[in-house]
Amino acid sequence: MSFDYTPIILSLKVATAAVIIVVLLGIPLAGHMARRNFPGKDLVEAFVTLPLVLPPSVVGFILLWLFGKNGPLGQFLTGVFHVSVVFNLAGAVIAAAVVSFPMMYQSAKAAMEGVDKTLENAARTLGAGELRIFLTITIPLSWPGIVSGFILSFARSLGEFGATLMIAGNIPGRTQTMPIAIYMANEGGDAATAMILVVIMTVFSFLVIFWLNRWSKRQQKGFIQEEGGE
Amino acid sequence: MLKAKFSLTLRHFELEAELEAENEILVLVGPSGSGKTTILKCLAGLKAPSQGIIQINDRIVYFSENKIDCPPKERRVGYVFQEYALFPHMSVRRNILYGVSKEKRHAKPRAAENMLEMLGILHLQNRYPQHISGGEKQRVALARALMTEPEIMLLDEPLSALDQETRSGLQQELKKIQRQWKIPFVLVTHDLTEAELLGDQIIRIDRGQSVSNRRL
Repeated sequence: MSFDYTPIILSLKVATAAVIIVVLLGIPLAGHMARRNFPGKDLVEAFVTLPLVLPPSVVGFILLWLFGKNGPLGQFLTGVFHVSVVFNLAGAVIAAAVVSFPMMYQSAKAAMEGVDKTLENAARTLGAGELRIFLTITIPLSWPGIVSGFILSFARSLGEFGATLMIAGNIPGRTQTMPIAIYMANEGGDAATAMILVVIMTVFSFLVIFWLNRWSKRQQKGFIQEEGGE
Repeated sequence: MLKAKFSLTLRHFELEAELEAENEILVLVGPSGSGKTTILKCLAGLKAPSQGIIQINDRIVYFSENKIDCPPKERRVGYVFQEYALFPHMSVRRNILYGVSKEKRHAKPRAAENMLEMLGILHLQNRYPQHISGGEKQRVALARALMTEPEIMLLDEPLSALDQETRSGLQQELKKIQRQWKIPFVLVTHDLTEAELLGDQIIRIDRGQSVSNRRL
């Protein structure tokens, strides 16, 4: 029996791309929301947190409607870039990014709110602009929270099933990620393949979380211990 | 030179400030909650008054009528915060270089060492803030603010967290530094003795109002 590795590769690709999107959008948004008040802030807050509480099938349905042939975003993408994200890997990436976004956002925002505002004010009086303050004070001091958001969103992306199935479908070799392959193998009576994938998924997830946790602990202590070297 | 006259409505009272300082130490003294820190924040641009004018040398940095409100990073104001506000993830050296531009670092590569030397903390340059004493933190905060070559210096209760011995040492030093730098120092304290010791001009403040203003 030959074992098909493509679902693993596809899952890693999807999770990596999704996490990159989530980091690039989530961290600036978290910084903005942690510091500023504006009308409608609560609405934005509720909106970006929604995928955390909605069933994945609901997220999938909404995404399918938005990005489908007649959906507003779907029409825009076909019209302007001649691409479609439905039933291909891009769709899987979008689904994974949407469901894992709240993890990154919540965790980064909570950490940034915890950064002493006096430190940011001190940087202001020292001539730093807002971007520099964000990059050199806010982000480094909320690093443990950012890393845990990263871990959670990566794990969530890797395990995304429902929304992915709806928008990207189940095309072996193209959009069939690990969780979908496990479901299909099990349904098809191929318990051996399902078992291998389950073991890989479990061990891999465990190692990622274990390693990142240890690493973030070291980071957290980093600037306290560095001093020992002098 | 610093010249400021502004007002601001706070929760429990109306704050009115009128300050004028040449190259001297102006002390604002008053009980906690009397609005002293708020005055410093307004001078630094961290808080906006409701109306008034603030002038530093020949620059008007705040003027309510013309809607001038220069952001803190352009005011050239040195600020020593009450709890020092040193960046915990940076060494002493990186802390004091934070406000110095790359070009200036190249033009004066020894500036950081000289500053640390002057304040007697050169041996601490690779330490982190959580591993130095209160008096040392105070010196680092002072060095960090002075490194930006400010035109005025604001100090919020700079000595109140220190023990008596460290405090009297630093009082002399502060005075010396002010004489050396020849810029206005605005210092906030709740301690009248300290005000008498340090101030060239003392303004007593209570509930946002100046109750007396005298020169020594």
